Amino acid sequence: MEAELIEIVGFVSQFPPFDSLPEEALEEAVQQVEISYHRAGSIILNYGDPIHHLYMIRSGAVEVFRRNGNLYNRLDEGDLFGQYGLLMNNTIRFPAKAMKDTLLYSLPERVFSQFCERYESFSDFVELEGSSRLRQAVTTISAVSDLITSKVTTLLTREAFLVPGDISIQEVARIMSAEPLSAVLVIDSRGEGETLEEGAIAGILTDRDLCTRVVACGLPGSTPAEEVMSTELVSLDHNAYVYEAMLTMLRCNIQHLPVLRKGVPLGVVEISDLVRYESQNSLLLVNSIFQQPSVSELISLSQQVKDCFVRLVHEDANSHMIGSAMAVIGRSFIQRLAELAEEFLGEPPVPYCFLTLGSMARDEQLVVTDQDNALILDNDYDPKEHGQYFLELTTFICDGLAACGYPHCSGEIMASNEEWRKTRRQWEACFSDWLDNPQPQALLHSSIFFDLDGVWGRLKWAEQLNRFIARRARENGRFLACLARNALNRKPPLGFFKDFVMEKDGRQRGSMNLKRRGTAPLADIIRVHALAVGSCAQNSFERLEEVIDAGILPQGRGADLRDAMEFISMVRIRHQALDLQEGVEADNNIEPENLSDFERRHLKDAFQIVSNAQNFLKFCYQGGRLS
Amino acid sequence: MFKRLLTQEGPEDWAGRIARELAEARDERLRNFYGAALVDPDLPLEQVPLVALDFETTGLDPRVDEIVSIGLVPFSLTAISCRGARYWLVNPRGELAEESVLIHGITHADLRRAPDLRKILEELLAALAGRMVVVHYRRMERLFLNKALLSYLHEGITFPVIDTMAIESTIQRRRSSGLANRLRGRRPLSVRLAASRSRYGLPFYQPHHALTDALATAELFQAQVAHHFSGQTTLGQLWL
Repeated sequence: MEAELIEIVGFVSQFPPFDSLPEEALEEAVQQVEISYHRAGSIILNYGDPIHHLYMIRSGAVEVFRRNGNLYNRLDEGDLFGQYGLLMNNTIRFPAKAMKDTLLYSLPERVFSQFCERYESFSDFVELEGSSRLRQAVTTISAVSDLITSKVTTLLTREAFLVPGDISIQEVARIMSAEPLSAVLVIDSRGEGETLEEGAIAGILTDRDLCTRVVACGLPGSTPAEEVMSTELVSLDHNAYVYEAMLTMLRCNIQHLPVLRKGVPLGVVEISDLVRYESQNSLLLVNSIFQQPSVSELISLSQQVKDCFVRLVHEDANSHMIGSAMAVIGRSFIQRLAELAEEFLGEPPVPYCFLTLGSMARDEQLVVTDQDNALILDNDYDPKEHGQYFLELTTFICDGLAACGYPHCSGEIMASNEEWRKTRRQWEACFSDWLDNPQPQALLHSSIFFDLDGVWGRLKWAEQLNRFIARRARENGRFLACLARNALNRKPPLGFFKDFVMEKDGRQRGSMNLKRRGTAPLADIIRVHALAVGSCAQNSFERLEEVIDAGILPQGRGADLRDAMEFISMVRIRHQALDLQEGVEADNNIEPENLSDFERRHLKDAFQIVSNAQNFLKFCYQGGRLS
Repeated sequence: MFKRLLTQEGPEDWAGRIARELAEARDERLRNFYGAALVDPDLPLEQVPLVALDFETTGLDPRVDEIVSIGLVPFSLTAISCRGARYWLVNPRGELAEESVLIHGITHADLRRAPDLRKILEELLAALAGRMVVVHYRRMERLFLNKALLSYLHEGITFPVIDTMAIESTIQRRRSSGLANRLRGRRPLSVRLAASRSRYGLPFYQPHHALTDALATAELFQAQVAHHFSGQTTLGQLWL
């Protein structure tokens, strides 16, 4: 008669990977279990010794170490260890020590191997490195939203309608009403042959253009289409996702978006196509921002930003999408405030460009964020003559922003601070100084300037400045080494142990700041690599794409970083949304007791990736160049 | 201090006692059991095959009460082997008292289907042979088994045991003895199985299942050795 080991079955079946095993497998496993008691402080596994069991903690706690003696992990009731040793030639890779009096269940290697072969859930759990487990987690989460998983091409209901550039607008209007269409693409009338080559699309003409550029201006119906079309064509590649279409339209404030395959137009996405994907959407909020007649109305509208954020989270948007949508909303406030300021103060005496810095520039804005911005002025700027205008303009915008829920920057990095209003020449000189004479301490404060984006005015100047930085930073070893050194300042925690955050040195804390310890160090790491390869991108995910393409990271590391960024960001976002729903002030702090098991396990994996990435960065930039 | 436990009862010389039993035993199963018995008092614990044993009974008096279930699990100082764990329900000759049924969760129907002790005796003695029996409260197992064998085989059984409760009592007495400890208000703590286990950080198990209790006893002994003795402690220092 087989003896039923009630206590052991009851315990083991509560924890992964055993919780997903069929009952008979569980019974079989339990029959093979051996139990051992280890007094606090005693060594359980020695580095390099042979290992033939998988261990599970029944009670007590175990510390697992790296070969160099650093703490690798602290394990608790129900946790497993020894699996890596079993998978690595039966040699112990991570020595283990009982931290408290500990009772262990051990499963012989034979059963371990059998289960790995027979049950996928079991082998997945024990075999996967942290990073692959995280990949699974990220995929599991994001698989839900249509916005993220659908390609933009699914929105296309018909082929793009093309007209030659010399066609009359009268004819275009006739085609539009007959089809019906709200936009046509215009082909360069000087183009040769029948096939459409890349760049053959000369512009787009929409029903709104016919109204504002033709009828309103009293142009005759015989005017050629190419004279009134919009030539600054914003388009999307056919591989893009629906949410990218949404963000592009939001960002550029356009209603029509051509979708191209290798430059050949496939069709045009209209804003109405997107509405069914996102009913209560950020598009509407952005539209209303531009319709508010004064600052006080903008302030009352800004109450909706938080609802919009919570809605996006509920719609299973990914972090890139939420970050971008929140950034677009923030930018729209700036744009509308600038419009209002100019209405109030009159035309600017010299051209300028309003810059946003930091998370808004990276399209990684969330709800808890203060404003960081600056101003580029024309080289003809004269402080005596124009200074007062720009002081008032920027004060209007920055104070308005603060009233709309974007608090003043505590470090005074704002356009309203005279120090951060510079002419184009001054900015180049300023960046040259940072780049050519890098001082770690000074760079620490200025790193925010290396994420910059134009919001209002001469946007081209911001692009030019970005290109200038990208060109000068690339292969500038001393500067990159300095930046790399700063990127190592904020270390991720080791993970969690019971209800504490576990630090690398074994200290325990009640809570941690997910931004300071997770997403910010990641953004720092990615920035260094992006600048090293001369990327002009600002968003961390886009920077990563270029870094991966440049091939400077070991195989697979780029994708790991992307997953870690996505996972930590989403935990941060979800917890902020929860806070907002409960009417609590949202912050970046997280208490482990509020984390789900799923979040705990994968956050630990994500922190490990951040830590590895910091080590890699250190390795890349160490030796002589770190002054 | 464990010298005293040793001399409190039982023979000084288990080797001689077992040799006499072997010479007198008539039953083949008993002869095998005695023949394999561990009798060297100098054997270090780390070399001793152990077996934790627990009985559930109809009551506490071996003269009138009977065994209803038996659980055992073989182990060593380093590993308790679930593969060797055994559990039997035993059909008692007398009627079951109502209250004991409640404690063990075993019903009359369960027991009516169970074999009587005679049928499992060979298997039981074979599982104990060559191993040092570890129990929590030695009187129960030794006296009940002796009584059962007397009634079935008309000859009794005797063997040394390690008693985790006796060990715990000694530790508790030492902890609370002496003027200093008495002044500190230290009193001996409970030496019941669950209470003893909790002092070593061992988990709570649902009591009164013979196999679970045997397992609990094996774990407790491993913990006691880890805290108070060592693998070099000899059998003679602990057996009773």
